[in-house]
Amino acid sequence: MSETVNQHTEVSYLEYKGRFKGLFAWIFSTDHKRIGLLYLYSMLVLFSVAALLGLAMKIELIAPGKTIMDAQTYNSFFTLHGITMIFLIVVPGLPAVFGNFFLPIMIGAKDVAFPKLNLLSWWIYIIGAFIALSAQFIGDGPPDTGWTFYAPYSFRTGTNMLPAVTGAFVLGFSSIATGINFIVTVHRMRAPGMTWMKMPLFPWALYGTSWIQVLATPIVGVTLLMIVLERTMQIGFFDPALGGDPILYQHLFWIYSHPAVYIMILPAMGVISEIIPTFARKTIFGYKAIVVSTLAIAFVGYFVWGHHMFTSGMSGTALYTFSILTFFVAIPSAIKIFNWVATLHKASIDIQTPFLWALCFLFVFMVGGLSGMVLGALSTNVHLHDTAFVVAHFHFIVFGGTGYAFFGAIHYWYPKMFGKMYDKSWANIGLAIFFTGFNILYLPMFYLGMTGMPRRYYDYVDEFHGPNIVSSLGALLMISGLIIIITNLVRSAKHGVPAEADPWKGKTLEWTVASPPSLENFEEIPTVTKHPYGYE
Amino acid sequence: MNDHQVHIDEHRDDEGAKTGMWIFIFTELLLFGGLFIAYSVYRYLNPLAFHLAAEELDTTLGTINTVILLVSSMTIAMSISAIQYKNKKLTLILMGITLLLALAFMVNKYFEWSGKISHGIYPGSMTLQEASRGELLFFGLYYAMTGLHALHIVIGMAFIGYVMHLVVKNEVQHDNFAILENSGLYWHLVDLIWIFLFPLFYLIT
Repeated sequence: MSETVNQHTEVSYLEYKGRFKGLFAWIFSTDHKRIGLLYLYSMLVLFSVAALLGLAMKIELIAPGKTIMDAQTYNSFFTLHGITMIFLIVVPGLPAVFGNFFLPIMIGAKDVAFPKLNLLSWWIYIIGAFIALSAQFIGDGPPDTGWTFYAPYSFRTGTNMLPAVTGAFVLGFSSIATGINFIVTVHRMRAPGMTWMKMPLFPWALYGTSWIQVLATPIVGVTLLMIVLERTMQIGFFDPALGGDPILYQHLFWIYSHPAVYIMILPAMGVISEIIPTFARKTIFGYKAIVVSTLAIAFVGYFVWGHHMFTSGMSGTALYTFSILTFFVAIPSAIKIFNWVATLHKASIDIQTPFLWALCFLFVFMVGGLSGMVLGALSTNVHLHDTAFVVAHFHFIVFGGTGYAFFGAIHYWYPKMFGKMYDKSWANIGLAIFFTGFNILYLPMFYLGMTGMPRRYYDYVDEFHGPNIVSSLGALLMISGLIIIITNLVRSAKHGVPAEADPWKGKTLEWTVASPPSLENFEEIPTVTKHPYGYE
Repeated sequence: MNDHQVHIDEHRDDEGAKTGMWIFIFTELLLFGGLFIAYSVYRYLNPLAFHLAAEELDTTLGTINTVILLVSSMTIAMSISAIQYKNKKLTLILMGITLLLALAFMVNKYFEWSGKISHGIYPGSMTLQEASRGELLFFGLYYAMTGLHALHIVIGMAFIGYVMHLVVKNEVQHDNFAILENSGLYWHLVDLIWIFLFPLFYLIT
């Protein structure tokens, strides 16, 4: 490396001693890197719990009838699984962990624009998580509405809805705070010379994501607030008995929650856009097309929420409009896929764990995306609505998309974050088992949905038994893969071999600083003159 | 090694702070946007009931509150000019007037709401149980929207109060008043939302 100016002259952010000691040095730190890790650890705990809930549901479905839990428990399990996975993990996931850690470094800044607001957003996140999860332990039993809180059931059910809804409402503020922070950071804090078109693609993706977070989250905020008012004060916003309209709830909910899907997937695409050129040793194909697609997805994603409601009752015109817009939003996603594949064409590829995650991402993301087209078409949607097909599609696109990108990102940036390298062969074995289990788990659910198995039922008729056994065994295999992957990562933080500053020969700015970086990232803010993926 | 001073906390970017505030204001507008959508949908579905229910509201009280908020927006804007002329005393007086006007708004609101409640018009009351669904929705929206707005008034008062404290401590001065400007922006937002609530509930009958 020629740019030794930023290397090893400062203590790393992990060793830096600030005003506070021990745990407080973390939970009161305004350092974007420490906040990123705070999010990572919180999510690791929550993800483990929610994944085990998912496993419990698959074990319940291994045979018809009651296997290990009754119907009400199953209902509360899928609700808790959904709330935790959606609101606490995949929505904040990539921006909060890797966005916090790498956005400032990748654009050549010392921190985000509002470090204190950043810390506050983590605290709000933790408070929101506690409120949402407290619903499990206090009051009249855990919520059983599913993560969508559909009216009128969400205010008729006797279960403890208020904390769950309030928790989701509070988490919205955390999301908005992060969004505002990132937008201002990108606008104000890029290093000299880093024009918009010289910005790496992960920051671009975060920028698009932040706008959706800022523009969509308030809608779900007010919707959840309306549910709270409805339950506490009998204001009949959505209750037909009080003059309200339950369909309006679905509209308001999906006006947020569909763009939220793009909050989940855009940063995932950003991660893949970083991993692929690094290991292909090649400039990314169609940089500008990817940037434009990112913004197009963020924009068009706003106008497709109605495709969640094809069977709820809408005018014919609305149905056609939402359906065609849904097809439009697939175009920029497909452009990205073609660009990634074109980048690999004739490249001298260095096959490493992060790259394998990116490849697996491409596969599952395409299965998820194409099955989304099946659901976006009106006639097939009516047949498949609320079946296991939807669950399979959703897990392919959200777990397959965001989840794979998350694991890809952690394997890609791990040496930079912790200054250690994980055991690559165990990482690959874990990935192989995980990927196999993942497909065995979710592919049969496409078939089950096609043949008519509804989702969110703890029981089914005998005809569905075979595929369900396969699916449940896949779940066990996938969880074993996950255990290997996570154990390897946790172990290596202590026992791994020290990592170099640039183990993958990456070209973006985070690879020019030490591993792990110093508190201020850069002793001297770099001047950017080249394209981010400057491979010859 | 630790001798090197770390200045991350001292990073100051007034332009960035204002950008952040503007985006936050945008999210607030969208928050109310959800309720405005609910209002328009239910008004469209129940035109007659909304017409009758709106006549129950006191236009005079509404008008007074509108004037109060408009004037308070002016005084907070003037305080931002005052600080740039290095007139600390005038700044504090103008901010104080803003707070007093906000308080007057809340007092007015208190009398308005308690008047309604004494007539048995509040969510879940017996009178409203017997009223038509449209009226029920109108008053539900009335309490939810003006209530959420009143909450914003209180938050705005706390914000302005905090900035006054900073002015007293000389931490906000003629060359460093971004936070005062931001509190002013927030206050204008609160004002602006009322400008829409006022005709929707009081004037359109």
